Amino acid sequence: MKLELHKAPVRSLRFGPQTTLENDVLVINQQELQALLLEDPRLAAVTVDLAHPGESIRIMPVKDAVEPRCKLSGGNEVFPGFIGGVETVGQGATFVLEGATVLTTGRLVAPQEGIVDMSGPGAAYTPFSSTCNIVLGLTPREDVTLHEAEATCRMVGLKAAHYLACRCKAAKAARVEHYAFPPLAEAMAAHPGLPKVAYIYMLQSQGLLHDTWVYGVDAKKTLPTLISPTEIMDGAVISGNCVSACDKNNTYVHQNNPIIKALYARHGKEINFVGVILTNENVTLADKQRSSSYAVKLASMLGVTAAVISEEGFGNPDADLVLNCVKAESAGIKTVLVTDEYAGANGASQSLADSCPEGTAVVTAGNANATIVLPPMAKVLGDPAQADVIAGGFFGSLRADGSMEVELQAILGATNELGFNKIGAYTI
Amino acid sequence: MAYRVIHYINQFFGGVGGEEMADHKPEVRVGQAGPAMALHAALKGEAEVVATIVCGDNYCVANQKEVAALVATTVKKYKADALVAGPAFNAGRYGMACGTVCAAIGEACGIPTVTAMFPENPGVELYKAGTYIIPAADSARGMGQAIPAMAALLLKLLRKEALQSPEAEGYIERGVRVNMFYEKPGAERAVDMLLLKLAGKPFTTEYKMPVFDRVTPRPGITNMAGATIALVTSGGIVPKGNPDHIAASSARSYGEYDIAGVNDLTDTTYQTAHGGYDQTFANQDADRVLPVDVLRDLEREKKIGKLHHLFYSTVGNGTAVASAKKWGEEIGQKLKEANVQAVILTST
Repeated sequence: MKLELHKAPVRSLRFGPQTTLENDVLVINQQELQALLLEDPRLAAVTVDLAHPGESIRIMPVKDAVEPRCKLSGGNEVFPGFIGGVETVGQGATFVLEGATVLTTGRLVAPQEGIVDMSGPGAAYTPFSSTCNIVLGLTPREDVTLHEAEATCRMVGLKAAHYLACRCKAAKAARVEHYAFPPLAEAMAAHPGLPKVAYIYMLQSQGLLHDTWVYGVDAKKTLPTLISPTEIMDGAVISGNCVSACDKNNTYVHQNNPIIKALYARHGKEINFVGVILTNENVTLADKQRSSSYAVKLASMLGVTAAVISEEGFGNPDADLVLNCVKAESAGIKTVLVTDEYAGANGASQSLADSCPEGTAVVTAGNANATIVLPPMAKVLGDPAQADVIAGGFFGSLRADGSMEVELQAILGATNELGFNKIGAYTI
Repeated sequence: MAYRVIHYINQFFGGVGGEEMADHKPEVRVGQAGPAMALHAALKGEAEVVATIVCGDNYCVANQKEVAALVATTVKKYKADALVAGPAFNAGRYGMACGTVCAAIGEACGIPTVTAMFPENPGVELYKAGTYIIPAADSARGMGQAIPAMAALLLKLLRKEALQSPEAEGYIERGVRVNMFYEKPGAERAVDMLLLKLAGKPFTTEYKMPVFDRVTPRPGITNMAGATIALVTSGGIVPKGNPDHIAASSARSYGEYDIAGVNDLTDTTYQTAHGGYDQTFANQDADRVLPVDVLRDLEREKKIGKLHHLFYSTVGNGTAVASAKKWGEEIGQKLKEANVQAVILTST
């Protein structure tokens, strides 16, 4: 499979009569976008706001982040099972509005949504302080149930991202990135002498709004499977998660999975990157055992000697991470684990809920319990009162002057376990 | 203006006396006494020791809250920017005192605290998370090395300089996780680490996985009526008077006691040494923690073979896991040699 990503940079956003890309400025027809999203009968109202890096803006509570993409060629559309049909993606060419992000917000379904500060000390912790954000304020109709509301908001974010890319796809891309994922027979024979490496990609699937979707299928109902990295770039995996904002993988980080990017960067030089194995994080022990065995079996069938394993979430999924590690290492597959930590606000507690001596190589995305004071912002998009109920906030976290004391846990993408950020931790 | 430092030392280094003066109540001396003079000099004018607190080790360990409150008051009175304690070398109670005072003041006053002790001093395991501990020699011969190291670390903390790893800075790892920004994103760090691991080259994990000591349970006893059962507790039950002086917290020993012929533990014969829970009910009837009476009943009813004539006891209150593991292995070996088939472990 071959995929070209045609990337057009977006350096600024403004509203205008027609949605288009003009000199790196994404012009948005606000009414057209609103009307499109309100076609969903479950929505009562939609607002569209714009936020740029460096502005005194706080966005909360954020549900999902989506990068605007659409297909140029290769069949089907991005986000298969939601925007596109369920046929295979990851081939041909895809248009990307790089530097723009759709953030879905408003009074949403659960307390566990995130904060994005466009400036100030909190901005350093979220990937979305450096993108130009189209902020959708969503109000589902009152008679819409909780799970329907989540599904509505999830779909609206994808729809808006696809719409923006489609309207601009005639624009010339500033650069084209080429990705190839050859048939297995070729991949196995390629790069003799280089170690074969796989990526075991764990998806949050505990259920009850802790969900991830693969080609429109609920990940908790899947067996571990092989997928081409190019399919991931076309939105084959999307987030339905309402868990702690810091380490849920929002749709944007799936589309731009940095581990896939880092493995491609070494492919053909130091390693032979031969596969991505999707696996889940279900709640029962039997599911954990089955999925970890199956994922490692797929890695063994590929004949890899090493794998990067990334976790999503914390606590219960630590057990899945450890099972994947133990089984891979005992199958002769060297592992590096990517996780984050819950070491308490003082950093003195044990960071993970499960452990194994085989886990000798761990990359950490930092301690999510560390606290930070976020100063007041001139403008708040969304609902600041949510700070008291957001995971990582606590009662009294919203102060009279508009500042907030929260754990990093409350900041969208702060301790992302795909290793999106530079944050880590060390022991003193 | 120089930073202001308070130095906590024990009765011995304060010139009050040795073990016989270990109950000496805390006193505040203006300026420097004992090792505080060397510390003051090592701070080279950038900081000064404004007061020295001298306290007996036993008094401090037995009255931790009171001593910590007095130190906190002194910190405020002298507008101190930092607290130093020790070095305690390998003196166990002095190490406990330095550790407890530093940890309490760090938390209560939010100022940097530094102490020093021998790495195997029990105070290290208990208090390393709450303060910075410089590794010191096992006796006062190491004073000349410890004091400059304490001064150097203290000045860094006072200047609010970012600390490097414990190895680089020369203090005992506290086990406290601190966030930092690396040069590269986590994903690139992961692939870099994978390449080193693949090549068999040395690499440094960013998080050392905690080690859980898992013990596979033995199969169940098939013939209870023939089994010898032993009692082992971390609830601190000891003969009245605590003959082996098992400490109320952070125990440094366990006791072995003969209960041949003892059918009931009473308030005149047994007590608890444990300082981590309300002792009232255990002291009224120690069977509540160590059920000798019930096991004697079972013996009579021939539901068990017999109760082993020795029981083992320690205090599980802040006791280091490393100590507990060592004693557990010793006790297990003794029970095995005595042909005991099963053990009832009680805690509190």
